[in-house]
Amino acid sequence: MKMNGAQMVCEALIAEGVKTVFGYPGGAIMNVYDEIYKQDGFEHILNRHEQASVHAADGYARATGEVGVAMVTSGPGFTNAVTGLATAYMDSIPMVVISGQVPLSLIGTDGFQEIDAVGISRPCTKHNYLVRELSELPRIMKEAFHIARTGRPGPVLVDIPKDITAEFGEFIYPDEVNIPSFKPTVKGNKRQIEKAVEAILKAKKPLLYIGGGVTLSDSSDLVRKLADMGQIPAVETLMARGAMGAKNPLLQGMLGMHGNYSSNMAMSETDLVISLGARFDDRVTGKLSEFAKYADVIHVDIDPANIGKLVDVDYPIVGDLSSVLEKFIEGLEGKINPDRYADWREVLERYDDLHPQSYVDSDEVIKPQWAIERIGELVGEQAIITSDVGQHQMWAAQHYPFDRPRQWINSGGLGTMGFGFPAALGAKKAFPDKTVINITGDGSILMNVQELVTAAEYKIPVINIILNNHFLGMVRQWQTFFYEERYSETDLSFQPNYKALAEACYGIGYDVTSKAEFDAAIKDAIEQDKVAFINVQVARFENVLPMVPAAGALYNMMLPKKEEE
Amino acid sequence: MENSHNVRRVISVLVENESSVLSRISGLFAGRGYNIETLTVAPVPNSNLSHITIATKGSARVLEQITKQLHKLVPVYKVIEHEEMVEKEMVLVKFPIEESLADIEALCSAYNGGIVNVGVSICIGMVADEPCRVKHFIEAIERYNPIEVVRGGVVAIER
Repeated sequence: MKMNGAQMVCEALIAEGVKTVFGYPGGAIMNVYDEIYKQDGFEHILNRHEQASVHAADGYARATGEVGVAMVTSGPGFTNAVTGLATAYMDSIPMVVISGQVPLSLIGTDGFQEIDAVGISRPCTKHNYLVRELSELPRIMKEAFHIARTGRPGPVLVDIPKDITAEFGEFIYPDEVNIPSFKPTVKGNKRQIEKAVEAILKAKKPLLYIGGGVTLSDSSDLVRKLADMGQIPAVETLMARGAMGAKNPLLQGMLGMHGNYSSNMAMSETDLVISLGARFDDRVTGKLSEFAKYADVIHVDIDPANIGKLVDVDYPIVGDLSSVLEKFIEGLEGKINPDRYADWREVLERYDDLHPQSYVDSDEVIKPQWAIERIGELVGEQAIITSDVGQHQMWAAQHYPFDRPRQWINSGGLGTMGFGFPAALGAKKAFPDKTVINITGDGSILMNVQELVTAAEYKIPVINIILNNHFLGMVRQWQTFFYEERYSETDLSFQPNYKALAEACYGIGYDVTSKAEFDAAIKDAIEQDKVAFINVQVARFENVLPMVPAAGALYNMMLPKKEEE
Repeated sequence: MENSHNVRRVISVLVENESSVLSRISGLFAGRGYNIETLTVAPVPNSNLSHITIATKGSARVLEQITKQLHKLVPVYKVIEHEEMVEKEMVLVKFPIEESLADIEALCSAYNGGIVNVGVSICIGMVADEPCRVKHFIEAIERYNPIEVVRGGVVAIER
């Protein structure tokens, strides 16, 4: 069929099953928007900033596992999208971003709104394309989706010059992708898997180290099965929260800089780390030479470059987690004896009794940890929780009872403030029947606060709970601990009236200073079915604990005070 | 990082011959802080591939990462870490015509080359040899007052 390049883009999106595109028009992408106007195969959401469009597509992808799609114009449209691309890249989120570009004849002339999009985005995309001929557009669209979702997922940028979207040509969307240089290894090496199974059987203190790859590969059921059959204790990274389920007695908690005592001690004392889709991030390992220093390491990862990057690995297995886990389970069936690890489990239980994840509650002021726990009690398993970046994010990761993968959506690798609200919009578009709550701070929420308008216009009723301590809290915490309380530029006492701000954008606002008001606000916000700001005054100087100072050993934690102290 | 003992390695990369592929590779090295000693690139005859030869230095862990990260780039077909290889580098040198042409000719031919151009005021010598011998050659020509030395970067082929 003959059509112009713009229509080809739309047809390709429809062929890929895309239901929602988040974006913002502009000069170089106008031809495509003209075709969007004419079609009804997918819905377009007009965010109020390109960064938010990309985060929304990202949130959609994290909630569903499908490829998220965002569309922006050239120049500033694209540069605004870069933070979104980098966020998705660091957390391996499948996404296709389409950007307009100046016409081919103007490329390289410093044309109006021209910027080298493929050049800028090269280090923060899995792959990117500048379309140079109309005839390659259908293939590039097909490849972009394939690359985004195949192997280790990631964002792909397709940059399309304006004259190409105007040009007419034959549209044949390929059925298959053939990129000879892109064939990720899916099946784990049989011999390595056998050796790893032997190692698990021989270990006395094995530990499952569960990373975001478990969520990305939808293999949490298999991980739970593996843990269960051997009664093997497990720790989760920030990105894996929900994989084991909060109620699972084998789950020690989250490990790392703000991990709980038993998780970090488990990692420090284990004799066999079974790493499943985790990448030994510095926020997880602390001081590398002290990390799991008594352990052999099994490392299963779809990306070979993750294996041996930071720690020496004894049993490297490159492959898709689901397929490798199935082989593990097969190999261990009938051979693994849960009693073998009973002493180990007891040790960890004692550690948890000694220093459980705790905080001292208060009757005078709302403690942020209490607020998180209370949200969990009120909306629990059915809700999707997004977050921004900072103290609130860590408290949410520590205290929310995550029961399933894809329930917890946050920017882990890049740590992007302003991610939570637009990501919540994406998640709510994907799951309109679920309660979607963005747990945020008074710092983060102002980055992408313009999305109040988007949420109101499209009736996407996400609830933003602002844990307001009038501080850029996490930086303030570091200043308290490491900079002798010099609070350089972290005091946010001057702030907007959040309730009025929400209302000015046709949302609903609540000011909360007591526990009773907190409950009432959440219940009302759910009933009102409107985008909401719940502005919660929380204890100002509360710290996220435990804390492993940067580059310290995991077992050297600053611990919270106990109730009686 | 432990095992920081740096070793030299020559890596050949076979890539799809497309416009931005070289910047993908040089960008990878720059972005991740890998060292590039020399880099050469040319199309592979009768194909849509290019052959990139990179001489680099790094610890064992870094060299392993370089190979793996190169593999991850979508247009990269093949990464060869050379072990048993023939490795050559070409050098062009411009001399003042006043220098002894016979000496220069003899010197160049000792390093697989010769004088390739003679003009009114200059002559140009060319050699192609192993990188360590090229280094010796450049030391040896010092006394003939070279005006300009252009090294070509290494190319290598597995034996």
